[in-house]
Amino acid sequence: MRTVTLKINGQSRAVDVAPDMPLLWALRDKLDLVGTKYSCGIGVCGACTVLVNGAPIRSCTTPAIAMAGAEITTIEGLDPNGNHPVQRAWIQEDVAQCGYCQGGQVLTAAALLARNPDPSDDDIDAAMSGVLCRCGTYPRIRKAIKRAAGTGGAQ
Amino acid sequence: MKRRSFLKISLLTTGALLVVVGCSRRSMPEHIESESWVANLYVRINADGTVAIVSKNPEAGQGVKTAFPMVVAECLDIDWSKVSVEQAPLDDRYGRQVIGGSRGTPDGWDDLRVAGTAARHLLVAAAASEWGVAPGECTTENGVVIHTASARERRYETLLELAAGMPVPAVEELELKSRPKDFKLLGTFVPGVDNPKIVTGQPLFGCDTRLDGMLYAVYEKCSTFGGKVKSANVEQIRGLPGITHAFVVEGTEDLTGLLPGVAIVAETWWEAESARKKLIVEWDAHHKDATADYDRQAEVLKDEDGDTLRHDGNVDAALAAAGKVVEASYYYPFVSHANMEPQNCTAWYHDDGRLELWAPSQNPRAGRELVAETLRMPEGNIHVNLTRIGGGFGRRLINDFMVEAAWIAREVGRPVQVQWTREDDMRHDFYRPAAWHHFRAGIDGDGRMVAFDHQFVTFGRDGRPVSGAGLSPGHYPAGLVPNFRLRQSIIETNVPTGPWRSPGHSAYCWAYQSFFDEVALAAGRDQLEFRLDLLSRSYGDPPLDLERTSRTLRIAAEKAGWGQRELGPNRGLGMAFHFDHGGFVSHVAEVVAHGSGVKVAKVFSAVDIGPVINMSGAKSQVEGAVCDALSTAQLEITFANGAAQQGNFDDYGLLRISQAPEVEVHFIQSDNRPSGLGEPPFAPATPAIANAIFAATGQRIRELPMGRAGITV
Repeated sequence: MRTVTLKINGQSRAVDVAPDMPLLWALRDKLDLVGTKYSCGIGVCGACTVLVNGAPIRSCTTPAIAMAGAEITTIEGLDPNGNHPVQRAWIQEDVAQCGYCQGGQVLTAAALLARNPDPSDDDIDAAMSGVLCRCGTYPRIRKAIKRAAGTGGAQ
Repeated sequence: MKRRSFLKISLLTTGALLVVVGCSRRSMPEHIESESWVANLYVRINADGTVAIVSKNPEAGQGVKTAFPMVVAECLDIDWSKVSVEQAPLDDRYGRQVIGGSRGTPDGWDDLRVAGTAARHLLVAAAASEWGVAPGECTTENGVVIHTASARERRYETLLELAAGMPVPAVEELELKSRPKDFKLLGTFVPGVDNPKIVTGQPLFGCDTRLDGMLYAVYEKCSTFGGKVKSANVEQIRGLPGITHAFVVEGTEDLTGLLPGVAIVAETWWEAESARKKLIVEWDAHHKDATADYDRQAEVLKDEDGDTLRHDGNVDAALAAAGKVVEASYYYPFVSHANMEPQNCTAWYHDDGRLELWAPSQNPRAGRELVAETLRMPEGNIHVNLTRIGGGFGRRLINDFMVEAAWIAREVGRPVQVQWTREDDMRHDFYRPAAWHHFRAGIDGDGRMVAFDHQFVTFGRDGRPVSGAGLSPGHYPAGLVPNFRLRQSIIETNVPTGPWRSPGHSAYCWAYQSFFDEVALAAGRDQLEFRLDLLSRSYGDPPLDLERTSRTLRIAAEKAGWGQRELGPNRGLGMAFHFDHGGFVSHVAEVVAHGSGVKVAKVFSAVDIGPVINMSGAKSQVEGAVCDALSTAQLEITFANGAAQQGNFDDYGLLRISQAPEVEVHFIQSDNRPSGLGEPPFAPATPAIANAIFAATGQRIRELPMGRAGITV
């Protein structure tokens, strides 16, 4: 076990973790931040996405100890009141079906818009293609990103 | 305000579906403290004017947690913004609490309307008695009772005590809204009630359950189906970091129940899973099921007659007399459910013998029965909380994860969460079975399909089709052609199978509707005109409502501009209709071929499920089903040595956003009773896309996944 201090959603949290414990499980089982989801465990589905210094990473394959000092944003911390433009757009477009992958979708979309405020369809496809959704909410994800960008999304 | 009077128990029914009684503490813990009137099992009106509505069914993304309370709110006539929704636990007073068969909406329709209408009836009666007027002279509007003649009005929340004392009406006295033209809220676009929690990552799902002192468990089962534990190095495992328990579970013979395995329990899930990598189990496993072997058997069975399940007219004579005979074989593979939330369940076996479960189950009552039977405990001692579910699609109708959690929790004596890995989930699924369809169709001089011969090779156990592998002899085109024969041969399998979103239909609709395209083209007819003609007459009882089906087909074709627009090169339209689970759906897909593959650009959908309850949820189900169908047509599970060969999304890669089409949905709203929508849009999506691929590329897909034909989407 090692103690690592993680800066999560603006707060410093000290956690004891095994050296190989992925950030995902430190968040879920040590810190009760369950918004970050386990789905594949091998970094291919994106359900476990968190932002590290503003960029999306796969928390299921990133050791927690490697994240010391980094600014980590989980879905709980994007805007706890749900007022981030992406969160608002997700509610208005009613994107979620089961909702399980949507934390990863929302964070990935927020990171996209932070660096590209007016993404094209191809930009959206490129940025969002790493986050899988079995329910098939992709058409609405596109609309919600455009709504959040202020470039469309009217029903 | 006297609390007691508000908790008065009302008995509403006369043997109708709904029993209106005071709410249970478990379902509405707040009601003991708050000043509110519990009108019935579904409705609680608070003194501040807010209204709590219970959603009885589990929510897996099909939208009932929003749609059901909308029905109650419509009939209660309240402002939706005042509504909060509470998830019911498993509670026998609610009747069926299942996600399955798209039956939620049709089965809940009466109860939900009665609940809202009855509460409204009591509020109107209360106001009328206060005013000394007849209830029939009063109306309601968004939470207010109005007596227009005397210009008086009372808000519902000011009538609670009075309403609680009013005589409860018989169900027959209630006038239930049923037609789209009478709805104010139903049919509008209402975002899901859990959206704010979903986008802020609040705990909702089964795996989000956190309890004081909770442990985490993994459960290792034999990768070869039916394998039993001979021995395991559990002593060594117990000494690993964080491990609190490791033990063998003997399990039962029931493949849908508690399978034999080894439980490893730890303070964190990662420690349990890490220890599992050092677990050595000697298995007693015999089955050798292999896809290659299935293929060989199917090749032999193709030429055998099999059992005749239905024979109308004389197929052999009709084929011999036909001007043209079209012959083609279709194959689809086993597929997995691949819920984004891997199976899990949390259980707490209390010292007094009560068991509490937090279960993402589509059929929690069956799960409770399974747990009671396996643990040999009374069902009355088991309480099941329904969590939000990260994808169902039929997988969670089987409750193996519940009984694992219950068993392990009793051994451990502390709350424990059993969390499967993705590989556990994909290798211990109840797969949609593969099948082969060998078709022959006879076309007469008028280009009509006059004979349909169908040799169906499917999977079974002890000579009977396994779950999800059957085909109804009454299924169209039976009844649409004068000479029809269905013969069935069975390959024995030990692979666990089960319901998979629109069981059967989701697979064989592709085969039928692709073949219809082949027949139409061989007959020199337009595919739309051929299908409408096929739906224009029946022989004996029609296998589906011909008029409602035809209408969806005509509308989807019209919206897509079928035959009305120049598509340009490398672009094609394809269509399919289907009816299942009460819903009529036709799709027309538009596909563009490019250098390395095809792109499904757009799908035009026409849907008749009677009245639409939530326009947002309904459209979402259609959009999602189209994407899901396209996704599934690229996937397969294969077997070797009695085990699944795929285990994760790297070898079972779901559709990505870049591959997803635009979906344009049109509803035909009628006064028919509403049907569910979780299943009906799926089945016809696959063939519409495949037929469009043919139109765009000239390549007919007769095997799935589409990659077998070299098609990439």
